Amino acid sequence: MKVSVIITLKKDVLDPQGKVIHRTLDDMGFNDINEVRQGKYFEIDTKGNDKKKSEEKVEEMCKKLLANLVIENYKIIESR
Amino acid sequence: MNSSVITFPGSNCDRDMDVALKKFGFKNKMVWHDDLELPKSDLVVLPGGFSYGDYLRCGSMASKSKIMKSVLNFAKGGGKVMGICNGFQILVEAGLLPGVLLRNKYLEFICKNVFVKVNDKDNSYFRNIQKDTFEFHIAHNEGNYFCSKEQIQEIDDNNQIALFYSDKSGNINQENNPNGSIKNIAGIFNKEKNVLGMMPHPERMIDPALSGEDGSIFFENLINNLK
Repeated sequence: MKVSVIITLKKDVLDPQGKVIHRTLDDMGFNDINEVRQGKYFEIDTKGNDKKKSEEKVEEMCKKLLANLVIENYKIIESR
Repeated sequence: MNSSVITFPGSNCDRDMDVALKKFGFKNKMVWHDDLELPKSDLVVLPGGFSYGDYLRCGSMASKSKIMKSVLNFAKGGGKVMGICNGFQILVEAGLLPGVLLRNKYLEFICKNVFVKVNDKDNSYFRNIQKDTFEFHIAHNEGNYFCSKEQIQEIDDNNQIALFYSDKSGNINQENNPNGSIKNIAGIFNKEKNVLGMMPHPERMIDPALSGEDGSIFFENLINNLK
């Protein structure tokens, strides 16, 4: 089962990289942007075929390693 | 006094720390991250560097390495644990210290001397220290200390701030905040004040020919406090 998960910065956390990307896009002529926030994407190919179990495992991985819950949120976006 | 310095893959200030500790009288042992047991120690140091290439988040991989279980137990039993730079990042990732260290506000790797002011001397790291403001070296990309509003309140209430970035006279202001840290925080303690994390490198300030001597004052005082 391939579980896809995205990690994003929480709303109140400053994202200097996102800011610079925003500015660069703006300089390139993409002037209709309100904000850019950078995040991470993981594809975890688990051994089992049980969707629920795989997602539970990945959730545990997010809590223990993949995300730092002080500043980040995680969201499983797809399992197939 | 026995000390241990943990070497992770990618640590690069471990030997500097070894030199510093020995110079001021510690019997220091180098400990590999893959070991399970800490040698008998009065002080454990997590050194600076780029453990695991800073993959995922700085310090995140190292915080899960085998030796960290012993370090956690040692700290929970009241043992003194000090993390410098990447060591500080490892301590927050391990949950021994609150908060997190983000990318520097202006996205630059900062490598320069700064002044830091000691916030409080009622702890075994700074008790009896003769100076209030120290000139230390910083070299980091992720030193921007951050935590939630509730956490900073708690840190303040428990007097857990160890060091502030300041000017030479100890004035704490935005001008002297190199990386965007909340409240100019350069170092913090855990609640019990046996665990200290700080971005500045005192081990780089122990030789008058190479740098300053403010690190010497810090280590000399530290070993006396631990005796």
